[in-house]
Amino acid sequence: MKTRHKRLILVLTGLMLLGLGAWLVLSAFEKNLVFFFTPSQVVAGQAPHNRSFRIGGMVEKGSLQRQADGVTVSFWVTDTVQRVRVHYRGMLPDLFKEGKGVVAQGKLGPDSAFAADEVLAKHDENYMPPEAAYALKKGQQANAKTSAAAATAASSKDVK
Amino acid sequence: MIPELGNLALMLALCLAGIQATLPIVGTFRNNTRWMALAGSAAAGQCLFVVLAFASLTASFIQNDFSVAYVAANSNTLLPVFFRIAGVWGGHEGSLLLWTLMLALWTLAVTLLSRQLPRATLARILSVMGWISIGFLVFMLFTSNPFERTLPGPADGRDLNPLLQDLGMIVHPPLLYMGYVGFSVAFAFSIAALISGELDATWARWSRPWTLVAWMFLTLGIFCGSFWAYYELGWGGWWFWDAVENASFMPWLLGTALIHSLAVTEKRGSFKSWTVLLAILTFSLSLLGTFLVRSGVLTSVHAFATDPRRGFYILIFLAIVTGGSLALYAWRAPKIGLGGQFSLFSREALLLVNNVLLVVAAGTILLGTLYPLFLDALNLGKISVGPPYFEAVFVPLMIPLLLLTAVGPFLAWKNDSIQAVLGRLRWLALGAAVVAALALLVFKTSVMVAVGVTLALWILFATLSQVVQRLAHAPAGASLLKRISRQPRSYWGMVIAHAGIGIFVVGVTLIKGMESAQDASLHVGQSVTLGDYEFTFSALKKIQGPNYIAARGTFEVRRGADSITTLHPEKRFYTVQKMPMTEAAIDRGFTRDLYVSIGEAAPDGAWLVRVQHKPFVSWIWAGCLAIALGGALAASDRRYRMVARQRAAASPPISSPVHSFV
Repeated sequence: MKTRHKRLILVLTGLMLLGLGAWLVLSAFEKNLVFFFTPSQVVAGQAPHNRSFRIGGMVEKGSLQRQADGVTVSFWVTDTVQRVRVHYRGMLPDLFKEGKGVVAQGKLGPDSAFAADEVLAKHDENYMPPEAAYALKKGQQANAKTSAAAATAASSKDVK
Repeated sequence: MIPELGNLALMLALCLAGIQATLPIVGTFRNNTRWMALAGSAAAGQCLFVVLAFASLTASFIQNDFSVAYVAANSNTLLPVFFRIAGVWGGHEGSLLLWTLMLALWTLAVTLLSRQLPRATLARILSVMGWISIGFLVFMLFTSNPFERTLPGPADGRDLNPLLQDLGMIVHPPLLYMGYVGFSVAFAFSIAALISGELDATWARWSRPWTLVAWMFLTLGIFCGSFWAYYELGWGGWWFWDAVENASFMPWLLGTALIHSLAVTEKRGSFKSWTVLLAILTFSLSLLGTFLVRSGVLTSVHAFATDPRRGFYILIFLAIVTGGSLALYAWRAPKIGLGGQFSLFSREALLLVNNVLLVVAAGTILLGTLYPLFLDALNLGKISVGPPYFEAVFVPLMIPLLLLTAVGPFLAWKNDSIQAVLGRLRWLALGAAVVAALALLVFKTSVMVAVGVTLALWILFATLSQVVQRLAHAPAGASLLKRISRQPRSYWGMVIAHAGIGIFVVGVTLIKGMESAQDASLHVGQSVTLGDYEFTFSALKKIQGPNYIAARGTFEVRRGADSITTLHPEKRFYTVQKMPMTEAAIDRGFTRDLYVSIGEAAPDGAWLVRVQHKPFVSWIWAGCLAIALGGALAASDRRYRMVARQRAAASPPISSPVHSFV
């Protein structure tokens, strides 16, 4: 076999393996990318119904309930504008607390509650999961806008 | 006073690094042996001052000097003294100092152990390492100084994150950093070769032991991290495909490719440019790993800092190191050449496939790790890429690699015949097929478990039969012990590392396919069953630790009528950081671990308990240790030391020719 042919075969094999890698990445991305939605987006129906996604925000104070089996819990996740009910079976992370940030991964159930199969831990008392922080910021912006709009509406009424 | 001395030592180290980085390399162009000879003394001096700086910070920790902001943030008077020492690398600034210390030690080791290198080569290598050191020292002094004071300091420190208060914290970071930083030696060798334009078998023989040692440390470091996460995070996972883990795994994959390609370069003179490229990429990913973890880009247990100046500096530094060396590579690599020829069916060809698979695997992990960061940075939405992605991509790439791991050692260099190799492997292949069929039909395992176990046995048996075949070739009449000791250590290193992979794959496959867990809410006296095991929650008591209080459960584990063990999981509350933590209890065994962790107590006094049965976890650890041992054996091979002696005898280093930069 000529050197040129050999090199060609080697290059082709390399390209094939790279192609295999690329194909694996693309198909795995398509199936396994997990998108993030804020409670407002979920309530507005923007979240998918048959696919896993992440939701984040704050655990509403006083919303944590334990079922009779002692293992299943449910709580509200809020971005201060809207809230979504989350069910979870199992041990919650050590730093899970009402009034603190949380991120959960799972699917929307038929009752439009969120069935979480994972509630994410944070590792430090002062640290807020970035996704939860993002949801709360969006929520506060929306709140500010509504109150500003309300204020303008009120003032325009006055003018009338 | 002590912190100021430490700060001064860092500055002096920076000055010496400046000398080490510039004068020797200028000396190689000017053919000035004196300037070249400065490299060694500058490196030694730099090492001394970095050690001093590190010792100062350690002293500040031991003395509880909370006027040092970094100490106040990571320590506490109640913290036991060995955790105060580990606290030195418990945060961003100290980790950088540890990194720099490791670099200084590696540089010193190169200086001391490579006296036989041509002086110009050594000068180039030390100069490159000096530049890396400058990068880190400047970063530390200007953006992340561990000696910064806040006066007056607080009365007590904020304490080390409870998750980090563990033996793992004392061992894991130093081992990991030894690995990361160790690849800087291979990197420096490569850059030196690119600059001089000469790269031969001797070059590969010089780089090999350094790369092997670095790779061994990285293996141990990753093993420690995984082992630690398994018992400390409280839910029994050992690998999460977390961005931080990936950051250490990518250099490991490339490092694995590198040690194989270095073997080809040394034995056959092939793969030259490729080896150099791999060395550059491996070290670049080590840097990326350090920075990804420490910059605060990733938020996890490992990440501390969130200072935009730091992120910016890091990006620039990475761009210079990676971009600069790749540019140098593009310019100079043609001069190095590709090296020797080989046929399509030879050990070289198989090792090439090994390399491509490893690099592609590292690439897919890099993509999965960085893609969410890019999207977020560009404001294109928040996504996460979890274990399902990595498993879907990584496993299919590893299956052919594992198949070939067993075959590679059977092949001859340069050229071999397919028939001959198939002849040698025929019975093994048949045996593997029988095992797979048995697993599927008799034990009714899932396909993945059957595939994994078959691959693992394939590797183990092929490795064994290759050993038998090789020992049989020894001169007749020699005793078995003699036959074994006649083989070079690098050979035994390969055998043990490959066998380690087989053991590791057994563990991974069986835990993935057969683990089980059960959550239950238990009052004292109640029990929960999992498979054949019954866990009885027999007692609960309060205990007082040095800086925490805890509830400690007693669980009696029975299997039928036999009492297996008693386990004591704890729920701790660290009083300074006001942080609760789960301390799991594990009964380790040869074929299974039993894992109990307790969650929180309900108002009615019931505790949430999770019990887990984890088959063959110990095999994962044993496999990792065997892989590392293989690396250590290979690095200690006689011929690396012999080269040193021969060289020393043949040519005194001063008279060696200085190659000009053409």
